[in-house]
Amino acid sequence: MGDLHNKSVAQLAAMLKNKEVSAVEVATRFLARMGGNPHNAFLDIHSEVTLAQAQASDDKIAAGTAGPLEGVPIAHKDIFVTKDFVTTAGSKILQDYRSPFDATVVTRLRDAGMVTLGKLNCDEFAMGSANENSAYEAVTNPWNATRIPGGSSGGSAAAVAARLTPAATGTDTGGSIRQPAAFCGITGIKPTYGRASRYGMVAFASSLDQAGPMARSAEDCAWLLSAMCGPDLDRDSTSLNVAKEDFSLGLMQPLQGVRVGLPNEFFGEGLSGDVRRAIDAALKQLQTQGAKLVPIALPRTELSIPVYYIIAPAEASSNLSRFDGVKFGHRAKEFSDLADMYEKTRSEAFGDEVKRRIMIGAYVLSHGYYDAYYLQAQKIRRMIADDFQQAFSQCDVIAGPVAPTTAWKLGDKSDDPLANYLADIFTLPASLAGLPGMSLPVGFGENGMPVGMQLIGNYLQETKLLNVAHQYQLHTDHHLKTPGDVA
Amino acid sequence: MNSPLVHGYEVVIGFETHAQLSTQSKIFSRASTAFGAEPNTQACAVDLALPGTLPVMNKGAVERAIELGLALGSHIAERSVFARKNYFYPDLPKGYQISQFEIPVVQGGAVSFFLGDEKKTVRLVRAHLEEDAGKSLHEDFIGQSGIDLNRAGTPLLEIVTEPDMRSGEEAVAYAKELHKIVTWIGICDGNMQEGSFRCDANVSVRKPGAPLGTRREIKNLNSFKFMQQAIDYEVSWQIEQIEDGHAIQQATVLFNPDTGETRAMRTKEDAADYRYFPDPDLPPLVISREWVERVRSEMAELPRVMAERFVMQYGLPEYDAAQLTQSKTVAAYFEAVAEACGQAKLASNWIMGEVSRRLNASEMTFEQTPVSAAQLAALIGRITDDTISNNAARQVFDALWTSTSNDVTVAITGVGAVGAVSEVDAIIEAKGLKQMNDTSALEAIIDEVLAANPKNVEEFKAGNAKALNGLVGPIMKASKGKANPAQVNALLLKKLS
Repeated sequence: MGDLHNKSVAQLAAMLKNKEVSAVEVATRFLARMGGNPHNAFLDIHSEVTLAQAQASDDKIAAGTAGPLEGVPIAHKDIFVTKDFVTTAGSKILQDYRSPFDATVVTRLRDAGMVTLGKLNCDEFAMGSANENSAYEAVTNPWNATRIPGGSSGGSAAAVAARLTPAATGTDTGGSIRQPAAFCGITGIKPTYGRASRYGMVAFASSLDQAGPMARSAEDCAWLLSAMCGPDLDRDSTSLNVAKEDFSLGLMQPLQGVRVGLPNEFFGEGLSGDVRRAIDAALKQLQTQGAKLVPIALPRTELSIPVYYIIAPAEASSNLSRFDGVKFGHRAKEFSDLADMYEKTRSEAFGDEVKRRIMIGAYVLSHGYYDAYYLQAQKIRRMIADDFQQAFSQCDVIAGPVAPTTAWKLGDKSDDPLANYLADIFTLPASLAGLPGMSLPVGFGENGMPVGMQLIGNYLQETKLLNVAHQYQLHTDHHLKTPGDVA
Repeated sequence: MNSPLVHGYEVVIGFETHAQLSTQSKIFSRASTAFGAEPNTQACAVDLALPGTLPVMNKGAVERAIELGLALGSHIAERSVFARKNYFYPDLPKGYQISQFEIPVVQGGAVSFFLGDEKKTVRLVRAHLEEDAGKSLHEDFIGQSGIDLNRAGTPLLEIVTEPDMRSGEEAVAYAKELHKIVTWIGICDGNMQEGSFRCDANVSVRKPGAPLGTRREIKNLNSFKFMQQAIDYEVSWQIEQIEDGHAIQQATVLFNPDTGETRAMRTKEDAADYRYFPDPDLPPLVISREWVERVRSEMAELPRVMAERFVMQYGLPEYDAAQLTQSKTVAAYFEAVAEACGQAKLASNWIMGEVSRRLNASEMTFEQTPVSAAQLAALIGRITDDTISNNAARQVFDALWTSTSNDVTVAITGVGAVGAVSEVDAIIEAKGLKQMNDTSALEAIIDEVLAANPKNVEEFKAGNAKALNGLVGPIMKASKGKANPAQVNALLLKKLS
């Protein structure tokens, strides 16, 4: 029982079902590990809420009405609104905000039986790649506390890596699940756009935002994703009308004959040597297991950076207009008139990166610039999606790095937004195309920091991604390493 | 077709009308749209723009837009796009209004109506779906403003015309016709006081043949009376400005009913950049042909279709048909009368004449008509079978109007026809209004009158046709008005020839 916190979601679910351990015991163990808030991963904890949920789970297990993940703990990125916990979205403008409803994803995981440990730190409104844009202090990387955990789901990745929770939710707009998963040595998946309901996710860029699970293995992610996804047509108009799926069913498919596409553009100059070596070794492993490696092209990979940094800020500038001090959240204490109230409220409570993106977004949408920026970006976005369709005529999944480097030092890029943007190059294309993408740990870089490999699948092919990742994890142990092992 | 000129200027008017759609719930949320509730009791999380909320299209609002498009002969776009119009205002909870910008759901179409006896057609540019904002209450709180978000998210259809109208009178006639159509097809309750039907008028003037002048937009005209006053004032003001050598500045103006004047709220220089872009929360609105056809099959007969039918089926003049299709009640009343008496034109004349006159005089609506269709039909029947004269019929009508035992709804359906005939006959009998169709009795009277008026007889015979009138009058008087004038004429001519 001593290593309860090292158990996977699948293991805990089985132990709880078999009554080897109670939900209250499991929750108590994790709450104890969360004490002192290691890595500044959590933003809100209410142990009484957690323990009450755990007790309810124990009652259900006893009554034989348990859900598939009954009693297994999870923590939610602070982008998901919750009734029982404060939701800040990492911003001062929502300090102490309490939602009157739960996000659909939160409700579904709760319905599956999961017990909520609390809310996880993240970049303000999910804008960032290092979790240094949180209004509630940066999160540190469990593998090395002088380094960033990645972002924007940095709290989620750090909490799972540090075994503060067996699982977490994340959101991915341009790589915010995949990149922190890679930097913290865990597994995470962003499903096809529209698979998971966006209802109750504080919106950053509506056409890109997508929820997904972060855990230690592909198998765990498959269980979690099955619980999270499914149509939510009455609440989210962009929700896909695709029936719920059990993503764990395809995990055991052998890799024999699976074509793994390697985009030229993902293995070029910008990729650091140690990341490249870890990826190459992982690809070799897949080959050993029967997969076939095929070269492919994603010619507009570089364009995904300007395209993303036009579309996402444009949508954000509009989505964040509701934070005006009128109805909820922060309002400036003193002001002379309405315009002054707006200006002071938003100036005081938004962080620099959020302000930067609001300004970029307002600019690219403004009269006279719209065609040159926003419209042009949308056209290239469609071409990027077309490029992927071309590529998937030659392969079943695409593999490559998640990021050009491993996690950098806190503060290294915090004054250089452009350097942060450029580091998103490998995760942005799948986001723009709305394709499912995942990250799985494949080794360590020269500095001892984890390296993640990205897998991108065609629309609704999450099962294929999880299958490849699971087969890899059956033959390797990178995903089982904990920060203590390496340090 | 010449445009009426005002001091040598041609008036050019285009309209933008916001019709509130008659859905139970809001356009993108499930909150109720009922008017008059306590502030902020009908605003749900979506209407308040709480973090994490998303819009979901109300199909009922789309169907109402389709209905308007079908009613006005417009193109219903198979794919239209919702856009965000971004601006900050406290009663706009999201900081943007969801509207349609580049691709509206209803495109083109026209509204036709009579101005006097001249048929006018105003072309539509478009009609698009959008959500209403909340209300700012500036009067109720000292030093602060209150916000009521009950109205936020109420579905609106903004109906935009080409600048086709040439006078305030024509503009009002257009607005009345549009009002009739939206209430007829039931997509809008048409309540102007509650703001369910609000008009903005774009007004400019020019010398005939000159390019369009600079327009000023009069906002929120919510009564037909103010509409006319506001436009007339605006036209005079613009002409005066130009005559004084001032150029018109594009502006948005408000009409003050107390002073009868329009006053500028903001000029073009203050115009906001709304940063329109397609709303990523809403996929394009796709309307299949099947959907359009289903809506069409479920729609009541449209006023213009019904008017065409009245012309074809009853042989009515177009003008009559247009008048009788002003409302469903009038049309149903007309059809009930025409079917019952078989005299469509007479029925039309009576409805547009005597019935309307009495209603107007007593400030009643058509729904309150105390004379049932069966009664009017019975009355017309007694005119056509020569039982009573037109004059006598008006007396019977008055008697029917003032009697209290009538039930319009029953009568319109045609029930009680037999009762109506005996009722009419009873009035004729009681008032002694029956025409004297007995030739011998009439001939006796005529002979008496001819004998008493030899001078007139001689003049008539000498070729003065007018002398006949001097004979008809005394005959009618002697018959106590019961003689049938046509019969009197015929008999007189016979006797004098």
